[in-house]
Amino acid sequence: MELLTPPPPIRRLPLEDAPAARQAPPLSTDAGGDVPSLKHPYGPLSDGTSRGQGGFTGARRSISAPQFSIRRMEIDDVSVSYANREAVKSVSLPVRQGEVLSMIGPSGCGKTTLLRSLNRLTELTSTATLRGRILLDDVDIALIEPTLLRRRVTMVFQQPNPFPMSVFDNIAYVLREQGSRRQRKKTLEPRVHSALDRAGLFEEVKDNLDHPALKLSGGQQQRLCIARALAAEPEVLLLDEPCSALDPQSTQVIEDLIVKLRDDVAVVIVTHNLQQAYRIADHVAFMYLGELVEYNSATALFGSPREQRTQEYVSGAFG
Amino acid sequence: MGAPVATPPSASPPGRNPAPSGKAAVEGSATWRLSDRIGLAICWALGLLFCAIAIAIVVYLLIQGIKYLRPSMLVTPASAGFAQSETGGFSDALVGTLIVAVMGISMALPIGIAIAVWLVEYGRPAGLARITESTIEAIAGIPSIVLALFGTVIFSSTALGFLSRASGGVVFGRSFFAASAMLSLVALPLVVASTREGLQSIPRHVREASYAVGKTKAATTRRILIPASRPQIATGAMLGLGRIIGDTAIIVVLLGATQNFAPVEGASFPFDYLRGAGTTLTNFVYEASPTGNLNQPQKAYAAAFVLLLMVLALNAAVDAVHRRARKVGAWSS
Repeated sequence: MELLTPPPPIRRLPLEDAPAARQAPPLSTDAGGDVPSLKHPYGPLSDGTSRGQGGFTGARRSISAPQFSIRRMEIDDVSVSYANREAVKSVSLPVRQGEVLSMIGPSGCGKTTLLRSLNRLTELTSTATLRGRILLDDVDIALIEPTLLRRRVTMVFQQPNPFPMSVFDNIAYVLREQGSRRQRKKTLEPRVHSALDRAGLFEEVKDNLDHPALKLSGGQQQRLCIARALAAEPEVLLLDEPCSALDPQSTQVIEDLIVKLRDDVAVVIVTHNLQQAYRIADHVAFMYLGELVEYNSATALFGSPREQRTQEYVSGAFG
Repeated sequence: MGAPVATPPSASPPGRNPAPSGKAAVEGSATWRLSDRIGLAICWALGLLFCAIAIAIVVYLLIQGIKYLRPSMLVTPASAGFAQSETGGFSDALVGTLIVAVMGISMALPIGIAIAVWLVEYGRPAGLARITESTIEAIAGIPSIVLALFGTVIFSSTALGFLSRASGGVVFGRSFFAASAMLSLVALPLVVASTREGLQSIPRHVREASYAVGKTKAATTRRILIPASRPQIATGAMLGLGRIIGDTAIIVVLLGATQNFAPVEGASFPFDYLRGAGTTLTNFVYEASPTGNLNQPQKAYAAAFVLLLMVLALNAAVDAVHRRARKVGAWSS
């Protein structure tokens, strides 16, 4: 039939390849370590495999094997429920410094709840109850005063949320005593600068430290939030989908930063971007419906998942 | 192919794609239903009508004000006389307005912010919070003359004699203290409402970000939440100020509505003035209008013009606060 105008484009599904798409294609062998940092955050498509086939192929690992790993936190048989609904069911996990731990899983699988229970932010929800133990350097966090704990286990949120004050004051706020304005700017300056520097933001904002933080770009705001979290000199840094509100360039900058930070702090990142988890995580925990389905090194979990559900999720069969 | 060759699938039904007329295609009200078009016309007409009314008031008072206002009126107090040239100005009323404005808002602001913070950030027990909310709403709805009447009961009590003139065991109960206290109740609901609005507009994750670096709720409130709602607090304060300087009933009942300051003898400055009776611009306008005792409408216009300028200045200040707030930026959600 002859058409007068071209029809609207149709997303063609590779129906003839459908059976193959159930299987996660093998990962390329060079993905293990010495790949230089990516130019494009979603990885090159020209490596022979096409992303459309549902497998986990586009992303490349952007990090090398960890130099060391020290166990900082221990999640021991933890369950969290909101009223009658159990959001996290008997999860046990180690959190190590020197490594990036990524929690993945579909929305509502309890990964954010688990993350928030690591610095007792779940307690702000009055209906939440926690069973089990979480240890920080072998001390039960229930025994640590919450404000002290939250300075040792700081958190960065999904939405960039700098405080409505200057860039400098955002960091200084963390360094000062509760609500006090006592310490002078001069005495705080070195620590503010070093926090910004560790978050890779100092060079960009050093001339504008007095500017309102909410006028920075989204990616800069999120790095400011990371700087703020680092200023407390934490032992563990929690990141709750830190890149989901950001553009690809900012995402890559932050991913590079996260990898750089893993030697100084234990990093736990929640993401539902599988490529991101694969790019930056050393260990990955896959959660589904509140349960920890599989915990393994990133290459193993994505390359040869033990569990059927992991394989299906990683290959894009659900989620 | 057996399929009937009808119209090709891409061809649109007739009328869907009228021939381009050269002009950019925009949705015009010409295609609307008649009732919608009448509705739009009414909206336009009413909008223009109210603009016209507002402009008429301002322009009329501007002309009258410029015609009758003499700078000397702003600095000379009212005095007794038979002709308008002998009765002086309204400096006491002007200063009186400033006094009740400052005293009223300095009571309403801290109390209002405290109530709003408690309602939004704590609000437990929930029942008490609900009662507080309805109480504030009730105060907002009470006519100021009723508040004034209630004020006379409170401030005429012997225990509060030190706030007004008291002689021979009788408490006069009319003073700047009494009037300002009741005027602060007029401003209070506005301060509470806009502070609440400001606090509620701060996303939850901003509070959590502060808790997540180990800050207490108190520190978060003091250093993050209240500063972040500063524009709304300022707006509430301006609106409250507008209500305070515009109120007449409380002035008549609780300030004594004298033409001049009536300081209490023997008290030390400034308490002699604050404990004494006085007047404000609104009361002066009322007294000088043809209904009032003074019946000098030209001075009523002059004073009303000054009052109007103050209110317009407050409106401009609200706008400036909002413009500044936009410059600081806001969170994405």
